[in-house]
Amino acid sequence: MENPYVPYPVRIDDIEVATEDKSLKTFTFVFQNPADEEKFAYKAGQFAELSIPGVGEIPIGIASSPVEKGFVKFTVFRTGMVTTHLHNMKKGDIMGIRGPLGNWYPWEKLENKNVVIIGGGFAFTTLRSSIVYMLDPANRSRFKNIDVVYGARSPGMLLYREELFDWEKRDDINMHITVDGTDDPEWQYHTGFVPQVVEKNAPPADEDTYAIVCGPPIMIKFTQPALTKLGYQEHQIIMSLENRMKCGIGMCGRCNIGKELVCKDGPVFTLEQINQTPKEY
Amino acid sequence: MDTCIEKIRTICADLLAKGKVQKVIGFAEGSIPMASRPIAVTSKEDVAKLVFNATCGLNLANYVSDVLPKEGKIAVTAKGCDSRNLVTHMVENQVSRDQLYIIGVPCTGMVDKRKIAALFEDEITDFIEDGDTLTIVSPQKKEKVSKKDVLRHNCRVCTHRNPVVFDVMAAEPVEEQSLDQPFADVDHIAAMDPAARWAHFQELTKNCIRCYACRNACPLCYCPTCFVDESSPQWVGKGQDKTDINTFHFLRAFHCAGRCTDCGACVEACPMGINVRDFTRKLNKDALELFGWEAGLDMEKRPPLDVYSPDDPNDFIK
Amino acid sequence: MNFITIDKKDWTTGIDKSRETYQVFGPVQDENGCQIKPLAPDVHPLMDAGVTVMSPKSVLFPQTQKMLTATLDASIEDHHVMKPVKKDDTPRVVLGIRPYDARAILLVKLNFDNPDYQDPYWCEAYAATTFVGLGVNHPGPCDFSTSTGCGPFSEEGLDVLMADLDDRYLAKILTEKGETWAGACGFDTRADAAESQSLFDILRKEAEKNITSVDTDQLSEKSILDLYEAPFWDDVAFSCINCGTCTFVCPTCWCFDIQDETKHKTAVRFRNWDTCMSPLFTHHASGHNPRGSKVQRVRQRFMHKLKYFVDKYDQGIMCVGCGRCVASCPVNIDIREVCTIMNNYESK
Repeated sequence: MENPYVPYPVRIDDIEVATEDKSLKTFTFVFQNPADEEKFAYKAGQFAELSIPGVGEIPIGIASSPVEKGFVKFTVFRTGMVTTHLHNMKKGDIMGIRGPLGNWYPWEKLENKNVVIIGGGFAFTTLRSSIVYMLDPANRSRFKNIDVVYGARSPGMLLYREELFDWEKRDDINMHITVDGTDDPEWQYHTGFVPQVVEKNAPPADEDTYAIVCGPPIMIKFTQPALTKLGYQEHQIIMSLENRMKCGIGMCGRCNIGKELVCKDGPVFTLEQINQTPKEY
Repeated sequence: MDTCIEKIRTICADLLAKGKVQKVIGFAEGSIPMASRPIAVTSKEDVAKLVFNATCGLNLANYVSDVLPKEGKIAVTAKGCDSRNLVTHMVENQVSRDQLYIIGVPCTGMVDKRKIAALFEDEITDFIEDGDTLTIVSPQKKEKVSKKDVLRHNCRVCTHRNPVVFDVMAAEPVEEQSLDQPFADVDHIAAMDPAARWAHFQELTKNCIRCYACRNACPLCYCPTCFVDESSPQWVGKGQDKTDINTFHFLRAFHCAGRCTDCGACVEACPMGINVRDFTRKLNKDALELFGWEAGLDMEKRPPLDVYSPDDPNDFIK
Repeated sequence: MNFITIDKKDWTTGIDKSRETYQVFGPVQDENGCQIKPLAPDVHPLMDAGVTVMSPKSVLFPQTQKMLTATLDASIEDHHVMKPVKKDDTPRVVLGIRPYDARAILLVKLNFDNPDYQDPYWCEAYAATTFVGLGVNHPGPCDFSTSTGCGPFSEEGLDVLMADLDDRYLAKILTEKGETWAGACGFDTRADAAESQSLFDILRKEAEKNITSVDTDQLSEKSILDLYEAPFWDDVAFSCINCGTCTFVCPTCWCFDIQDETKHKTAVRFRNWDTCMSPLFTHHASGHNPRGSKVQRVRQRFMHKLKYFVDKYDQGIMCVGCGRCVASCPVNIDIREVCTIMNNYESK
């Protein structure tokens, strides 16, 4: 019987400080057994349990994209015991990853649709995965317009800065990068909170447009009315939820919102689904 | 004790009708024999739900700070031990005297439900209390016992049956017990050689399931995050390892030193019948012998482990 | 269906004989009440014991269970690679399990053995286990098992159902596993099927007479949000002290926590029973807690058992009516009352 609790052994191949306050680092892992990489076939929006023997596991969204081969990438905020330990690990260290877990953004449904990606702070990881996936030459033609609104407290707190600025230069994606505030006179993008930027810059809704929203609760709270104003229906707003998790496979029982388990039935839900369930997240 | 319930209900109806308190915390009839449950009554129509009998063995001081209104008072029915824990709450700044209306209930002790259950081979289907006479029924037999014979141990050794603080009394005070050997149980364990004593405590906790009912029923255990629940750093393992189980019990007991009123709620709550008081009683004895201290008797005095006094004994630090 | 009759004089001999094949679990008494435990070679099950304080769920789902281990010694090959611990899945038999507890195992199976994932620890232990039930002739005051899709002589989930007939057990062999167990004990005195079945029916009817009943028929019709937002939860939760007793004694509560520990250079990952009554259960690392208050946690427990589970699996409520939580709750929160309130609730 397959044991879903056994992580694939991985080696830390690279560690990159992701934000100026050093609270986020991006870890690149390479599978110890090449065959495991195939078993780990994932879709943008899924997560995995990063597994440190003797310390514990944490569920983290996959930041690399299914079109990127040979490695997987996770950007991790240092907050609890396991993430703190992970931040202190070194290149070459061995640990585990378990997954891929959960559902993904509804790529089948998004085919031939306009996609608006809205992210805030460090909840941009699976959104990065999604953007890289959609921009891949093999996939770009499957989607219509792509808009991205992404904001952070300051320029130094934006994740994947170089990629963001590269995307900004492309003409097959509309980037709306914003920061809450900055004293950088060279800053050439937006200033202001994500919901305001959404209201001013996101494309108005039509039946072919879907919004994917990820961010801190406060951002989500104020982005929803902005999208409603633009005409988005509940089923057109797609969100990824977080809850405390342990098993990641729907068995340990803690991450439920109503009868849905965030780890297995989610983490991706439409606002329509979320509104039919107790908001315990 | 059952005669005081009419008085309690009258007092509560009056307090609620006049708006003197916003709610009354008391006990209600349970849904199974020998059970009662804490209840908050907010309307005078509901005061009939209040009961007081020999099964009201939990400590209502545990419920007070959760439901304190921003303004005004709540009333609480208090046995001797409940009242002492209310005092402890006041001394520890969890509640102030003017937030409470204390309905003192003199107490002749609570029954040991396990002891009664052990008299029967089958399950008890009825329990009737009439003064000191308890009539207990199971499908196989009907037994009459004297309440005195089935009291909980902490009630047998209680010397504060009457509330130490109250706004009104629900009955005349009862006679206090005087004991020749108040700590015979502690002395018994203390007399064991170290190996036997260790074995005693190992045996004591062997069935612990770490449900923390003892802690959660205890009015002293109001820490917002208990040390066993801390995750960074994590002080205690979470599994069924003996060391972790014992660490929980030992540390919890020490955290209650000089504060415990021996109300017995911990033992009452334990689903596994662990006599948790074997831990706390020794500390109560020490507090009495070393500092002349019994918890919850005086609102003006700081507990012994809170203060330094030049005449504190120090021969126990070696 | 095969029936056999077992003279009580032959019982212990048969059980001892079966120890060659099985690890034997059964009720034993200690000073803290009765438990289902693995029996030492010289111990026999206390078949006429009352309801055990803890359910037999631990036979398949121990309160603490090692799952994986790894060495942290970098000089050893495969260091930091977590591997499953060796398990003992040799045949075991649980004697004297109550019929409702056997149904509970089937409900727990829905969680641990589903189309997407199979939990190998639970599933392999389940496959190795034979359940020999004993009908309950005298259900206690907390038993409401007839309201939950089983009852004192329910057969679901059992391999053998026995009835206590004073000097003998009448055993109904329900599965091949049961047949094998009876063979291993040397119990082979066949009993007349029609006569035996009618004896079972009489005992069942007699036992069911005194059981309290609870209505659950309206639960599936209610809306989750109506029940969730209903005003009665504050009253239901008032007395709750948020201990984990109800969930730990429950035969159907399956939630667990996963923890890592290290000793010297060995890392162990294990699981423990967890409880939705604990604030830590849902506490985010950020400090945010979606079920931070007592009333939210009490509501979760009852909503899970009596609504979410009902909607998700269409197998009735996640409760078998054993009454353990009612009997053990330090503050007498009674699931029968809560179920009735939920079942009768009409939103305004």
